[in-house]
Amino acid sequence: MSNKTILHAKHIEAGAKMVDFYGWEMPINYGSQIEEHHAVRQNAGMFDVSHMTIVDVSGDQAQVYLRKLVNNDVAKLTVAGKALYTGMLNEEGGVIDDLIIYFFSETSYKLVVNSATREKDLAWMNKQAEGFKVTVTERPEFGMIAVQGPEAKAKVATLLTAEQTQAVEGMKPFFGVQTGDLFIATTGYTGENGYEIVVPQDQAADLWQQLLDAGVAPCGLGARDTLRLEAGMNLYGLDMDETVSPLAANMAWTISWEPEDRDFIGRSALEAQKAAGDQPKLVGLVFLEKGVLRSGLKVITPSGDGIITSGTFSPTLGHSIAMARVPRSVQIGDTIQVEMRKKLVDVEVIKPSFVRNGKKVF
Amino acid sequence: MSNIPSELRYASTHEWVRNDGDGVVTVGITEHAQELLGDMVFVELPDIDDEIGSGDDVAVAESVKAASDIYAPISGTVVEVNENLEDSPELVNADAYGDGWLFKVKVADESEIEALLDAEAYAASIAD
Repeated sequence: MSNKTILHAKHIEAGAKMVDFYGWEMPINYGSQIEEHHAVRQNAGMFDVSHMTIVDVSGDQAQVYLRKLVNNDVAKLTVAGKALYTGMLNEEGGVIDDLIIYFFSETSYKLVVNSATREKDLAWMNKQAEGFKVTVTERPEFGMIAVQGPEAKAKVATLLTAEQTQAVEGMKPFFGVQTGDLFIATTGYTGENGYEIVVPQDQAADLWQQLLDAGVAPCGLGARDTLRLEAGMNLYGLDMDETVSPLAANMAWTISWEPEDRDFIGRSALEAQKAAGDQPKLVGLVFLEKGVLRSGLKVITPSGDGIITSGTFSPTLGHSIAMARVPRSVQIGDTIQVEMRKKLVDVEVIKPSFVRNGKKVF
Repeated sequence: MSNIPSELRYASTHEWVRNDGDGVVTVGITEHAQELLGDMVFVELPDIDDEIGSGDDVAVAESVKAASDIYAPISGTVVEVNENLEDSPELVNADAYGDGWLFKVKVADESEIEALLDAEAYAASIAD
């Protein structure tokens, strides 16, 4: 049994190669994933992300509930439309999922969580909602299109009404606004400027077609993965999961330790891990020779072994890059080794961020 | 259904062989193989003068998806390699039977060419 997004027919029409993605039939590419990657870095590309799960959280205690549910602190959100990236942890401090929370008011928030984790996320959110005056509502009646790249905003602008144009005018990164039938957010998963647009299902195919006509290239999951990895963004299930602490997944910055009396789920486990100082860490790896670092390959360091969590060929840089979980004593600038196709190769350790706004950043 | 030229011979491991005459053949990977692999990012080729035996892993096609061994479809001596693939591995995707060729072999025993699959047999082997 496989789910199809509202844009499925548009993908077939465009000649997409479809694959199963955690129960969803999704485009992996429309011919060449490398050309799609370059379209986003150099011009504008779009992704069907309608498979992602949108959840509205509302009610008198929506803020109180979310301050317990996630490790970042939604009380930091005070301007309507502002968004926050966070993990949602279990009691052991493992990452159940990573998500974006949009703030409208202290009684109204919109969450976007991963599709692969939809069922467990909803079950967990509903379980934790017990005792709170809060309503957790999935919103499957929307499609979602991410339009990304240096020309993305200009191309989207050609399709907006005067009211919508005004609504997004000067919107800073990591904001969202409901305007007309669209929710338009300056978020994304590529390291480029652009929008993520939530659209009612019956208008999704038209919007997709208008974007195509405006010269936005359709891009599949293949390019989405190489773009997010170049941008140093985690992919749930590869770079972290329920057995991994945010401290070991380059997500320490999402943990709001203050105020000390905010008892979010997983806090005591994280405090113990932090005190022990023994969590591994997620770093970036650069490999300049021929060959591609791949997920699951063993990493060898003087202080013990690690593992590549995500690896790929970077189309922007022309060589392979990876994220790897390694012992904490490994330092940026170190040369360590990866076991690759029966031989050991040297790789350089960098911060896990490779490309932003089309440019190399290390 | 991908393109399978009738004038070529094939190995079940998705290499094609073109008889160029004078005991020399050109070797590449099939359209079907490049479609399965996706965008090529590196191609590692054998060295000129390498003695290769049918079935040996002699080259590697590394795509965005995976690194795949390429097997010698025939025994002999490598006499030429496609140096353009060093800078343009995407030629294998764009023109698998033409500019995307991999290497040329001076064959040891020409009867090995006839023993390879013809287009029909290769098509049958990938029909599934």
